[in-house]
Amino acid sequence: MRRMFDEELADLDTSFKEMGLLVSETLEQSVQAFLDHDRQKAQEIIDDDKAINHREIAIEKKTFEMIALYQPVTTDLREIVTILKAVSVLERIGDNARNIAISTIHMKGNKRVANIEEKIGQTGTMVANMVNRVLDFYVNDDIQGAESMEGEVDQVTQDTTDIRGMAISVMEKDPDIVTAATDYIVVAGYIKRTADYVTDIAEWLIYKRTGKIVELNPGTSSYL
Amino acid sequence: MTENQNVSFHLYDEQPKRFIYEMRPEKEIAISTHDMQVYYGDKLALDDADLSFERFKITSLIGASGSGKSTFLRSLNRMNDDVATVKGQIMYRGLDINFKDIDVYEMRRHIGMVFQRPNPFAKSIRENITFALKQHGITDKAYLDEMVEHSLRQAALWDEVKDSLDASALSLSGGQAQRLVIARAIAMKPDILLLDEPASALDPISSAKIEDTLLELKKHYTIIIVTHNMQQAARISDYTAFFHMGRVLEYNETRKIFTRPKVQLTIDYVNGNFG
Repeated sequence: MRRMFDEELADLDTSFKEMGLLVSETLEQSVQAFLDHDRQKAQEIIDDDKAINHREIAIEKKTFEMIALYQPVTTDLREIVTILKAVSVLERIGDNARNIAISTIHMKGNKRVANIEEKIGQTGTMVANMVNRVLDFYVNDDIQGAESMEGEVDQVTQDTTDIRGMAISVMEKDPDIVTAATDYIVVAGYIKRTADYVTDIAEWLIYKRTGKIVELNPGTSSYL
Repeated sequence: MTENQNVSFHLYDEQPKRFIYEMRPEKEIAISTHDMQVYYGDKLALDDADLSFERFKITSLIGASGSGKSTFLRSLNRMNDDVATVKGQIMYRGLDINFKDIDVYEMRRHIGMVFQRPNPFAKSIRENITFALKQHGITDKAYLDEMVEHSLRQAALWDEVKDSLDASALSLSGGQAQRLVIARAIAMKPDILLLDEPASALDPISSAKIEDTLLELKKHYTIIIVTHNMQQAARISDYTAFFHMGRVLEYNETRKIFTRPKVQLTIDYVNGNFG
């Protein structure tokens, strides 16, 4: 039997995927703009962040409405809850992309350290890939894929901790680098947070299919 | 709890705040009421009902027992003529169908009614559909057969009964009988279908089938439904009117009524926190 709920859920799902695509593109662009010192691109990303926020609000509003109108239970409820929870996570990933862009603009005229920026670029690209992958898992309803992300944050944690260490050591040697190096630490923090959010989405994906709330990111140690 | 803390809807029962939705002018209106009042003897059962119903939409009338919603629905096609005095205008296609000289039987061809309990005639399934058509002088067998199939298909019953059209309608299950009654109503090709709790006597699956049927039917008909089942109103209707103590307190798009109603009494009622 055809249900209105299914049609509306399909629309909601499409909106979520579109927003996911937008957020992952924004993150990639933001990391790239940081590496290229492209302040104009960074400003565009900051300006466009509102569009991501508006999408989040529209999706949330629709989920509230569907809960009120259809009172979903079991799998229907989990689908709705997953979107409601994951959409906030997406929005926060968008905020991190924006924050990296703000740092890109902030670094104007400062002294730079090439090897740290390279490391930030690698880690940022890795996390942007994680975002793309978790969204692919969402689109393909791939639980095994989602489960395989367990522990992936560890590498990011290691890398961002390294970036912090590198930044501190250059600051100790050269006070002129303090402003830039502080931003490196901050950006590394945004990247680390984004990786945490990726595992949050993977966890909600597993919840959607199995009804189990799991922890893929024990969050052992992180300075950032 | 002190008396002052006991703040709930009944404190302002005397003149509750009302919110009536103004149908936007670009919407096509199928039927509307103006200053409608219904009296049972001296007792005013419904006051001040001004509602417009958008064409090809489902509108739910909700409210507690005795709130006036069924009284309102029945007045729309003059079912209350013998038991009540209905004042005001009911405008349908530019005509006040509450006017005393209106041909009520002709009017009911355009505005059909389906009741709470399935009431198929004690005739065959086929004859249930053709009876009223024959009464209106239609005898062409091919046309009658076509209408039987067409109506039963629209009411989503055809596949279940196509091999037993000459069986007694009384052999049908409750849900099937109710869909037969809907098929019987739409065989007259009405514009508007009025339904008075059409699914309340049915099990959840039959009820879901009726809802599904109504969603299909709204492509061709304007549907006004009285329901005690708020989830049903939420699931299927485009608009919802909340009746309380003989007045319409709030009328709006269903998604607004169920997410952010404006009147406290509506909030209490749809929350199930009433009385």
